[in-house]
Amino acid sequence: MITPPLVTRRRLAVWGAFLAMLIAGPLIFNKGFALSLLCQIGIMTVFALSYNMLLGHTGLLSFGHAVYYGLGAFSTVHALNMHAALPIPVTLLPLVGGVAGLALGVIFGYVSTKKAGTTFSMISLGIGEMVAAMSLMFPAFFGGEGGISGNRVTGAGLFGITYGPQRQMYYLIAGWGFLSVLAMYALSETPLGRMANAVRDNPERSQFVGYNPQRVRFLMLVLSGFFAGVAGGLAALNYEIVTAETLSAHTSGAVILMAVVGGVGQYYGPIIGAALITVLQIAVSSVTQAWMLYFGLFFVGMVLYVPGGIASIIVRHERVWSAGLLRRLVPTYLLATVPALVMTAGVVAMVEMAYAIVDSIGYTTMRLFGVLLNPKGLGPWAGAVLALVVSALLLRLAARAIGARWQDVNTELLTREKSHGDDAGAAPVRGVEELRTGVDHQGSESRSTSG
Amino acid sequence: MNLEVRAGERHAIIGPNGAGKSTLFNLVSALFHPTRGRIELKGEDITHLKPYEINRKGLSRSFQLTNIFPRLTVFDNVRCGVLWSLGYRYSIWRRISALRNAADRADEVIDQLGLKRRRNTPAGVLSYAEQRALEIGITIASGADVILLDEPTAGMSRSETDEVVALIRRVTHGKTLVMVEHDMGVVFGLADRISVLVYGQIIATGSPAEIRANPTVQEAYLGKSFAHA
Repeated sequence: MITPPLVTRRRLAVWGAFLAMLIAGPLIFNKGFALSLLCQIGIMTVFALSYNMLLGHTGLLSFGHAVYYGLGAFSTVHALNMHAALPIPVTLLPLVGGVAGLALGVIFGYVSTKKAGTTFSMISLGIGEMVAAMSLMFPAFFGGEGGISGNRVTGAGLFGITYGPQRQMYYLIAGWGFLSVLAMYALSETPLGRMANAVRDNPERSQFVGYNPQRVRFLMLVLSGFFAGVAGGLAALNYEIVTAETLSAHTSGAVILMAVVGGVGQYYGPIIGAALITVLQIAVSSVTQAWMLYFGLFFVGMVLYVPGGIASIIVRHERVWSAGLLRRLVPTYLLATVPALVMTAGVVAMVEMAYAIVDSIGYTTMRLFGVLLNPKGLGPWAGAVLALVVSALLLRLAARAIGARWQDVNTELLTREKSHGDDAGAAPVRGVEELRTGVDHQGSESRSTSG
Repeated sequence: MNLEVRAGERHAIIGPNGAGKSTLFNLVSALFHPTRGRIELKGEDITHLKPYEINRKGLSRSFQLTNIFPRLTVFDNVRCGVLWSLGYRYSIWRRISALRNAADRADEVIDQLGLKRRRNTPAGVLSYAEQRALEIGITIASGADVILLDEPTAGMSRSETDEVVALIRRVTHGKTLVMVEHDMGVVFGLADRISVLVYGQIIATGSPAEIRANPTVQEAYLGKSFAHA
């Protein structure tokens, strides 16, 4: 076999485009708000990818990943505040967070990676709660309710880089973010990275090819802790304040949401999830109080209907697109858009009216989709329910049409691949997809095949 | 019970269902740990070692129920079987696709398995017979010199069985093979020596001819099995 080169044209294009995007980002989005949004996305990207080293790559569902992120952030802000005694350049401070995350990974990983599956998840939940509880017990380190604040401008700085302006901070995040994304990708293509996949698929068998699955899980957790710590360090410098919320269950939940919505089956999935969730979080929370509820609905919907996340949608359509068959799907998609929008509007109307009733005592009208209406009136509720029911029925029909078209396209793809004589891709497309996107296989299907 | 397998021989273990054949394999390969007794490999006590430690000493096993890495490709399945034996351990400094010897060895095994056309297919979507072949492939990939195969032909048609027997012959050449098998055609065609296990006891060990002529074996097991066939 010929060794595939490290630098290929495709890789150069992908990573080059990524780097160019990072550099050009603040030139386009140069408003204060947009820039801080980009910073937040950058931090969350590193955090979500570090999480996916566990969930997607190693098959470990952690409920306490905020521990590494949060303690990385606290360590960094303390290192920043000790600048007089311990002058670490601000540029390198995220590494302090990384080292803290790594050290914690060694401690907690030793306890939690003895078992995979539910046991691991429960221990991670316990560790998360334990650390969150500790944050209230030790105000000297965690700063109590107010948190710990710092000032990232420590001096004149080299070449005038003081990290005072948000744009300079952005480039610090972009730099560390790029390195982290690259490093985590490289890691997934090493012997350890591949054996992590093997342990995810079938921990029992990995023992019989000479590997200790516990050691593989431990190493992956430690490395994942490092990158989560780097993300935490960046967050500490970016916000210049770290509160107990950074290591709370809420943060652990958010990172699961990002990874799963983006898609754990593809390396880039969590990047999409981090960007989308961050934007949605800010956009939706600025217009409605009910944003958490919408997030819940969105998450449930994704897990139910698109378990492989957005990345799996991309993968499926990429195949169809490169075969030139995407045109067959588009009309049914457009057809489904209308009832989908109406249904969303129906749900939103009901949620908002319910919130209005609870919240605004004394008011009798509210503005919804540009219309003044009475949230306690029968008319608006009947309208919303009607819209929801009718559009749900129409959406079912549309979904059926989409399903039929997909069957069409899949058959076409299969026959084409067969006639090419290329057997590699001739396996049923859906089967492959399910295998790629499933999170919690644990090798169970391999056992069921011979039952 | 007492069972001794000679280096370089092909040793089959037969016996009725529930005799403890798979349990024996699970004990030898350390999936289970014995409460009493002693297991040796090449004169070394391995009774209390972990499965991966035993594997590193050159004993590799397959499973009765297909036990592969379903979401990895056929190539990656086999390569995972190779990595440790080539000393790559838990390396995070090497790029896996640049490991020439691992890739070459994996491709060599895939060739032997006749799975070349399926090289880049996720193992989970292979046919049953292909998965069984891959099961053997992962087992022998490391080049271990003691191979334990647990019912390699279970659930296969006649022609598939013949192919697997030929495959086993090829890939275990010059190695020590211990095999649990129900198919008497396979056992008598392949084994140098046979042990008969009944209710956790070895009731006889010997060449195929000796086993066939042994009255105790005939009474306990073979007679009935032949009558069935």
